[in-house]
Amino acid sequence: MTRQQIWQKMTAHLDLPLLAGMALLMVASLLTLYSASDHSFERVMAQSANILVGLCCLWVVANLPLHYLMRTAVPIYVLGIVLLIGVALFGEISHGARRWLNIGVATIQPSELMKVGVPLMMAWYFEKYETSLSLKNYVVAALLLLLPVGLIARQPDLGTALLISASGFYVLFLAGLSWRVMGGLFVAAVASAPLMWSMLHDYQRHRIEMLFDPTQDALGKGYHTIQGMIAVGSGGILGKGYLNGTQTHLDFLPERTTDFIFAVYSEEFGLVGNLILLAIYFFVISRGFVITANASTYFTRLMAGSITLTFATYAFVNMGMVSGILPIVGVPLPLISYGGTSMLTLLLGFGMLMSIQTHKKLVKS
Amino acid sequence: MKNRVELKNHQREIFNFRLRLFIGMGFTLLLLGILLARFVYLQAMRHDYYQTMAERNRISVMPIIPNRGLILDRNGLVLAHNFSGYTLEITPSKVSDLPTVINELAKLIDIQPRDRKRFKKLQTESHNFETLMIRSRLTDGEVARFAAQQYRFPGVEIKARLFREYPYSDKTAHLLGYIGRINQADEDKLDDNDQLANYRGTDYIGKTGLEQFYETELHGTTGIEQVEVDSAGRAVRVLSHTPPISGNTLILSIDAKLQDIAEQAFGDYRGALVAIDPRNGEVLAFVSRPGYDPSLFVDGIDEENWKALNTSLDHPLNNRVLRGQYPSGSTIKPFMALAGLFYHTRSPAQAISDPGFYTLSGSSHQYRDWKKGGHGSVDMFKAIVVSCDTYFYGLAVDMGIDNIHNYLSRFGFGKKTGIDLEGETSGLLPSQEWKMKRFKQKWYSGDTVSVGIGQGYSLVTPLQLAAATATLANDGVGYKPHLLKEVKNSATNQISKLENKPEFDLKLDPASIDMVKRAMVAVTQPGGTAVAASAGAPYSIGGKTGTAQVVGMKQGEKYDASKLDERHRDHAWFISFAPADKPKVAVVVLVENGGHGGGVAAPIARKVMDYYLLGKIPAPVLPKGIKPADAPQLEAEHD
Repeated sequence: MTRQQIWQKMTAHLDLPLLAGMALLMVASLLTLYSASDHSFERVMAQSANILVGLCCLWVVANLPLHYLMRTAVPIYVLGIVLLIGVALFGEISHGARRWLNIGVATIQPSELMKVGVPLMMAWYFEKYETSLSLKNYVVAALLLLLPVGLIARQPDLGTALLISASGFYVLFLAGLSWRVMGGLFVAAVASAPLMWSMLHDYQRHRIEMLFDPTQDALGKGYHTIQGMIAVGSGGILGKGYLNGTQTHLDFLPERTTDFIFAVYSEEFGLVGNLILLAIYFFVISRGFVITANASTYFTRLMAGSITLTFATYAFVNMGMVSGILPIVGVPLPLISYGGTSMLTLLLGFGMLMSIQTHKKLVKS
Repeated sequence: MKNRVELKNHQREIFNFRLRLFIGMGFTLLLLGILLARFVYLQAMRHDYYQTMAERNRISVMPIIPNRGLILDRNGLVLAHNFSGYTLEITPSKVSDLPTVINELAKLIDIQPRDRKRFKKLQTESHNFETLMIRSRLTDGEVARFAAQQYRFPGVEIKARLFREYPYSDKTAHLLGYIGRINQADEDKLDDNDQLANYRGTDYIGKTGLEQFYETELHGTTGIEQVEVDSAGRAVRVLSHTPPISGNTLILSIDAKLQDIAEQAFGDYRGALVAIDPRNGEVLAFVSRPGYDPSLFVDGIDEENWKALNTSLDHPLNNRVLRGQYPSGSTIKPFMALAGLFYHTRSPAQAISDPGFYTLSGSSHQYRDWKKGGHGSVDMFKAIVVSCDTYFYGLAVDMGIDNIHNYLSRFGFGKKTGIDLEGETSGLLPSQEWKMKRFKQKWYSGDTVSVGIGQGYSLVTPLQLAAATATLANDGVGYKPHLLKEVKNSATNQISKLENKPEFDLKLDPASIDMVKRAMVAVTQPGGTAVAASAGAPYSIGGKTGTAQVVGMKQGEKYDASKLDERHRDHAWFISFAPADKPKVAVVVLVENGGHGGGVAAPIARKVMDYYLLGKIPAPVLPKGIKPADAPQLEAEHD
C-alpha cells in the first residue's frame, strides 16, 4: 500500500464537510478559551487534549459498521440505567445534587452516557419493530425514554433531563409519532406545568424566576444572567476585540470557560462574530440534516436526525441562556465550552453521523 | 405486486420521514432566528445601555484626599502640619469575634486600654462597615510584625494616613482648635453647603478654633482617580487621575514666639492674654491658660481623658479669651473717663474730695474705695492713676447707665468682636432695658455705682477688653481683631493678604484721649498702680490695672487674700499699650485668682512687650517650689 492508499483508508469514513465545520468550531473554542482563562495555555492544551481524545473516538466510531453500532445500543442503555440507579443509591452529593458515581478508578456522571444511550436505544427499538409499528411501540419507546429521564430529574439535574427528553422526543417525532398524539401531549404538558413547578427545587425555581426579572436579585441568583447579558450587549456590533473583554478579564463573568464561554466570545467579537458563529453552527447542522436525509436505514435515519437536532438544541439552549432568553440550566456550548465529557459525547455523536454517511454505500453495494 | 406495495410503502415512509426532517430543519432555523434577533437586540439596539453597565461594572471612582493646609505664624513658624503615619484599622462588619481579634492583635501590637476604649467609642459613633482605627502612629516594627501575620486577621488592615500635628500642642490649642472625625452633624452641615462630594474619603474636619473657622480654606479639593476594578473590587489599573488640590496655607498674625513667651510668663497661673497690633487689629498672641493637648481629640478622645478634661477645676477646655466672661474691674475706668468727657459730665480738671467711700444721695450705704481713708482731692487724671473708686462711682451715677451703655458699646463692649473664631461670647453691658428684659426689674442708681468700677452686672471677655484697649491706644480708630493675616494658595502659590480696613472711627476729642492716655502712662510710673510694669523699660507704657471680685464682700468686711481659698481670690487684670506715644502693641492680661493686677498681671504684659518691641527673651519662669539656685540655666535663644 502506498502512503496515499493508507491515508485514503484512514479517512474513508470521515465526512469532510462535517469535519471542516467542526474544526472551525474547535478553533473558535481554543481561541475563546485562551481569552476566557486569562491567557492560560494549560487550559488550551487541556481542551486540545479533550478534542484529540474525542476525535480518536470519533474516528473509531466512524469506522464501525452500523450493525456494530446497533449492537451496542442495548448494553449501553442497560449499563446506563444500572449506573443511574447506582447514583440514586450510592451517588456522591455535590452542590445539592446527586450526580456522580464513584466507580473506584474515577467518578463518573452516568447521565452523560445516556445522552447517547437513550436515542441509540430508541432508534434500535424502532428499527427492530419497523415493519409492524403501532401505538404500543411508541408507548414502549416513550417509557424507554422516561425511565432514565425520571432518574436524572430526581438527581436533580433538570437541564440534562430536559435535553435527553428532547433527543428522545426527536426520535419519536422522526419515527412518525402521530400529530394527534403530539398535540395531546403538548396540551397535557401545558396543563401539568403547575404540577411540574411544584416539583422543582428551589434553586431551579429561582433560576426560572430570575429569567423573567434578573434584576430582582442582581448580586445573587440573577447575577449570572445579568453579567452574561451585559457581556453580550456591551460587545456591540464589532466586539471589544480579542482579549479585550472587560466583563471577561475583570472577572465579572461567572463560569466563563464552561457554560458562559459564549458571553466571552460575544463580548470580544460582537454581533459580527455571533453571525459567523451562527453560520458555522448552521452549516454543521445542515450537513447533519443532509446525512440524515440520505441515511439508508430506519435506525440510521432516526439516529442521525436525533443527533443533529439535539446538537442544534444544545447550541440554542446555551446561547439562549447566556443572552437571557432561557433559564440557566447548565448546558455547555457544543464543541466550544471547556470540558472533556461533553466534548467526548458530542464527538461520539458526530462519529455516528460519519459512520452513517460513509457506510451506507457499502450497504447499498 | 406485494413487492411494489412494499416499495411504495418504503417511498412513502421516506417521504414522511423527509417531511418531518424538513419540519425539524425549519424548527432549527426558527431557533437560530430567535438567537439572531436576540443578538441584534442586545448588541445593536441596546448596546449603549449594556456598554454603560459594563463601564459601571469596571470603573470605580476613588477619591484622593487632599493634604490639609498648613497653619503658620506670621514669621513662617509651623503651627499645624501633616505627617504620614500608619494606623491599624478594623472593619467591624468583616470581623466575627471582635474582642478575640483585638486580643490576638494585642499580642503583636501594643494596644492600650485607652486604645480599646477609644475604639469602642468610635464603634458606637460610626457605621459597622466603616474601617475604624484602633491604633495610630504604628512603629516600623509593629507594621512589619502585623504584615507578616495579616493573613490571620481578615478585616484588619494597616493604612497609611496623614496625621495632623500641632507642634506647640497645648500652647496653641485654644487658638488653632483641632480636627476630629466627621460625625453626623458635620455631615449634615456639609450636605447643606453642597460640600459632601468634596469630602468623599475625608475622615477629618475642623472641629474648633481656626481649624474650624477656616475649614474651607484648609480642606482643599478632593482629587479623583478612575480605577478599573475587577469583580472583587480590586484595582487593576488607573484610567484617569485628577490630582487633589491641597488646602491653602494660613499665615496667621500670631507670633508664635510671643505666644510662647506669654504662655511661659503665666507659669502655673490660669488666665488669658491677648496682644493686638492696634494699628491694624492683628492678633499677635492669643493665650488661654491652661491649654490641653489637641492631639487627644484628633484620634478621637477616650472616655477617661474626656472626663479628666471636662471635670478639671482648671477648665482647660474653656477658651477664656473668647468665652471667659469676667467683671472688668478697674480696667474700665479709662473708658468711663472718656465717656464722662464725652457727655461733659466731668471736665478733666474738676476734682472731688474722696473720703474713702461714696454714698448715694438719700442713702446711708457706703460704697467703699479700695483705699481706706480715700485719695483726698481727685481729678480725672489722678482718678485713673490711683484708680480712685469714689470718683468713678460718682461719675457713673451722674452719667446714668444708659449713657454708659451707649458710649461703652462704641468700644465694642457687650458685643462680639467678630474675630475669626467660632463661639465667641458677647460679655454683658447692662442697661435699663436689659435689666427689665432679664429680671423684669427697674434699674436702680445703686446698680450704676458698681458698673462705674467695672463690677456689678457688667462682664467682659479678655478679647473684648483687648480690642477696646487697642482702639483706645489707636486714638479711637478701631479694627476688627483677626488672627489670619495671609492665605497662600497651594495651587498658585499666590499670597492674598487680608485687607486691613479700620472698622470704625470714634472721632475722639484729641484733648480727651490725650489726657486719658497720659493718665494711663502715669499708672505705670511711680505713684501709679502698676509701677512694676514699666520699671527700667526703654519705652513708655500706658496701662491700667484691675481687680475683678470673685466673691462679694459684706459691708465693712475687709478683703484678705490669705484668708480666702485660692479659687475665691480676685482675678487680676492689666490692660496696656506701648510705646505710649505711638502704640505698636496692646496687651491685655487676665490672671485668674491672681489678686491685684499690678502685681501679677502687669509683669506678664511687660514680658510680652519686651519681646515684641525689643526682642528680649525673658528669664525662664520657675515652677512653684523651685528655688532659683536649683533651676537649670537655660540658654536664651533669639532670632
